[in-house]
Amino acid sequence: MIRWFVRIGWRHLIGVLAVLVAVFPLVFVLSASLNPSGTLTGSNELFADATGTHYRELFDDPLHPFGKWFVNSMVVGLATAIGSVFLGACAGYAFSRFRFRGRKAGLTTLLLVQMFPQLLAYVALFLLLSTFDDVFPAIGLGSRLGLVMIYLGGALGVNTYLMKGFFDTVPRDLDEAARIDGASHAQVFFRIVLPLVAPVLAVVALLSFVATLNDFVIASLVLNDPDKQTLAVGLYHFISYGVGRNWGVFAAGVLIAAVPVLVLFQFLQRFIVGGLTAGAVKS
Amino acid sequence: MTHTLPTRPPHAPPGRRPPAEGRPASARRRGLGGLAARIVLLAVVDALAVYGLLALAADRSWWMFGALLVGTVAVNIVYATKRHVPAKYLAPGIALLLVYQVYVVLYTGVAALTNYGDGHNSDKPDAVAAILAHSETRVPDSPVRPASVVARGDRLGLLVTGPDRSVRLGWPGHPLEPVEQPVRDPAGRAVAAPGWRPLTYSQIAGRQQEISALRVPVTGDPNSGSLRTADGISAAAYRSTLAYDRAADTITDRVRGVVYRPTSDGVFAAPDGSRLSPGWKVFVGADNFRRILTEEDIRGPFLGVLVWTFFFAGVSVALPFGIGLLLATVLNGKRLRGHRIYRSLIMLPYAFPAFLAALVWQGMLNTDYGYVNVSLLDGAHIPWLTDPWLARLSVLAVNVWISFPYMFLICTGALQAIPAEVTEAARIDGAGRWQVLRHIRLPLLLTAVTPMLIATFAFNFNNFNVIYMLTGGGPKDPDAPIEVGSTDLLISLVYKLAFGGSNRQYGMACAVSILIFVVVAAISVIGLRRSRAFEEQT
Repeated sequence: MIRWFVRIGWRHLIGVLAVLVAVFPLVFVLSASLNPSGTLTGSNELFADATGTHYRELFDDPLHPFGKWFVNSMVVGLATAIGSVFLGACAGYAFSRFRFRGRKAGLTTLLLVQMFPQLLAYVALFLLLSTFDDVFPAIGLGSRLGLVMIYLGGALGVNTYLMKGFFDTVPRDLDEAARIDGASHAQVFFRIVLPLVAPVLAVVALLSFVATLNDFVIASLVLNDPDKQTLAVGLYHFISYGVGRNWGVFAAGVLIAAVPVLVLFQFLQRFIVGGLTAGAVKS
Repeated sequence: MTHTLPTRPPHAPPGRRPPAEGRPASARRRGLGGLAARIVLLAVVDALAVYGLLALAADRSWWMFGALLVGTVAVNIVYATKRHVPAKYLAPGIALLLVYQVYVVLYTGVAALTNYGDGHNSDKPDAVAAILAHSETRVPDSPVRPASVVARGDRLGLLVTGPDRSVRLGWPGHPLEPVEQPVRDPAGRAVAAPGWRPLTYSQIAGRQQEISALRVPVTGDPNSGSLRTADGISAAAYRSTLAYDRAADTITDRVRGVVYRPTSDGVFAAPDGSRLSPGWKVFVGADNFRRILTEEDIRGPFLGVLVWTFFFAGVSVALPFGIGLLLATVLNGKRLRGHRIYRSLIMLPYAFPAFLAALVWQGMLNTDYGYVNVSLLDGAHIPWLTDPWLARLSVLAVNVWISFPYMFLICTGALQAIPAEVTEAARIDGAGRWQVLRHIRLPLLLTAVTPMLIATFAFNFNNFNVIYMLTGGGPKDPDAPIEVGSTDLLISLVYKLAFGGSNRQYGMACAVSILIFVVVAAISVIGLRRSRAFEEQT
């Protein structure tokens, strides 16, 4: 028994400890969302009682349209994820497969531009969008499409290096064979190279989705109308006006907001570990 | 080290044939489908571009017009010809990059050299117009003209009928212009114009405040005054008590006889020192940077925030990395039963969106009602988020909770990717477990994860969310002249300078942004250089 503990058991001890630390705030949220008292104080006894009223209340509050926030976040997040992966993949493919003038300078510039997070430029972004307001209201202030466009503007900086690394791992012999068979460069890209790296693309899309979901500053800059806001902006304002009172409803909102991402992460777990490391290996 | 990319066995593309006979046919087929898609897409893009060009021309935004025109021509050259293949893949991303990243970065750099902010929001002609408009009074004995309030979208305009039945239309910022074919009521008063609809009585009543604030300039010259309406059915002339002299570039108060002259910091000032508001945006050179670095009451708080930002980012990398590495080493290995379950559960904070985590912890750390004080510490009243030092400790602790699973994941991945032969060879050569870890596994692991550690540092350097959602940067420092708190990072300081409080200082905010960029870029470049050198040695 002692020998088992020295060899294996202590590992389980540390593992269980880590799991407890990782999970306990989430357990607290789950308990609070079911607790009928609904206040922060009342939520401190874990799983004392359970009710579904907070979940119903969540979707019944016209001042805080949680359902709309959720849909907005999903739509903006998905559009950004798909768009930025596509743009990044195209650019990464160009840098991986073609040799052209300005290639090296282009890669270096992208690396440099990436170090200036859009967050830092929000004054300029605000002015740019208010200019668009007069000419192209569809991508001006208050527009979800405008928000997605901003996010996509940052896509190349973030993803190109990573994507180039992925494409470099796909043997060139494959594309050459296909080219000999008469495939165009676009067919090689869409039918051969892209499917081969699809699992990693899914991970990059997921990470981009989460980053979008997490954005507060730019989203609150662009979207003023409560009906158009995202979860980050909506829930922040919801809870900052009364920490104690709405706690149960807030906890229910947190759970619903987090569930899609939690589920995706569990499904893509194997690829995530691979994707995170692959990004670093290729330089 | 090998990548852990899941690769499928390479398979032949569909429809593979011997090159000699297959090529022409498949080439023709592909050519048609691809060509059609290309033409349709290009047509859509061009149609949108033409719409944009027309809108920009109508708005007289010639800079944007030029940019869009050049962009459209470039896109057509790239996609309409068979050449420039790499550009076909890069064009969409680069276009968005230029508008939403490069332009805004350059703009930030330029704005950092100005005094842009509250009181200096626009250019000089706008400032002159605003100053004159503020001091307007009704012109004595001026005639009252029939007028009506009209609307286009949310915008209100004033439709004025002259004594000779001529009709003119203007709206705020847009001087009166003659209108062709207005709609008139039986008395001859114009009530609507093409594109502008009349307001009903109830709408006039409902928007009374807006209507009494409605001010339509008579001409482009700010001295010419304006027309305003009190009741929505008649308009009267208003003129400023100040007069702008374009040639001398001065503003004269006609009542008091005071002359105001423009100063180098962008305001009109009288000899006695009194100033007219608003001012305008002027270049102040490196003034913002100079103030940050030399002016005592700004430099103090700024340096404090700078040191804290470095400390926060450093600890937010080192501590989670240590914990993650420990967990990865301890839980790595197929022999440990349930290691998959451990991984799934430890991953949860990473998968949990960070802004939600910060908001939840904010509740749990609440002094009076929070779970930590009430239940874990049995009713203690520890001010986790409101005491300066405890607040710093709390934001660090929460950030460690958010980021250790990520470190655990990348360390696990990197450890698993180290080939078993390497460590076995070392063991055969007589290295102990500790030596293998110290001299083989750790260096290999560090090589692999260094770029990610640098990226994590850069990310945490600008980790706005955790700070803003947990403490809002507070608790506030009551002695500082600018609004700044104990947990503020540089990035949240920028946010407060730009959008917090009553005195928004965009120019100063942009200057701090540039400083942040320089710091992060320098650290990233040095770090990446180092890590590459390191890689070559091993």
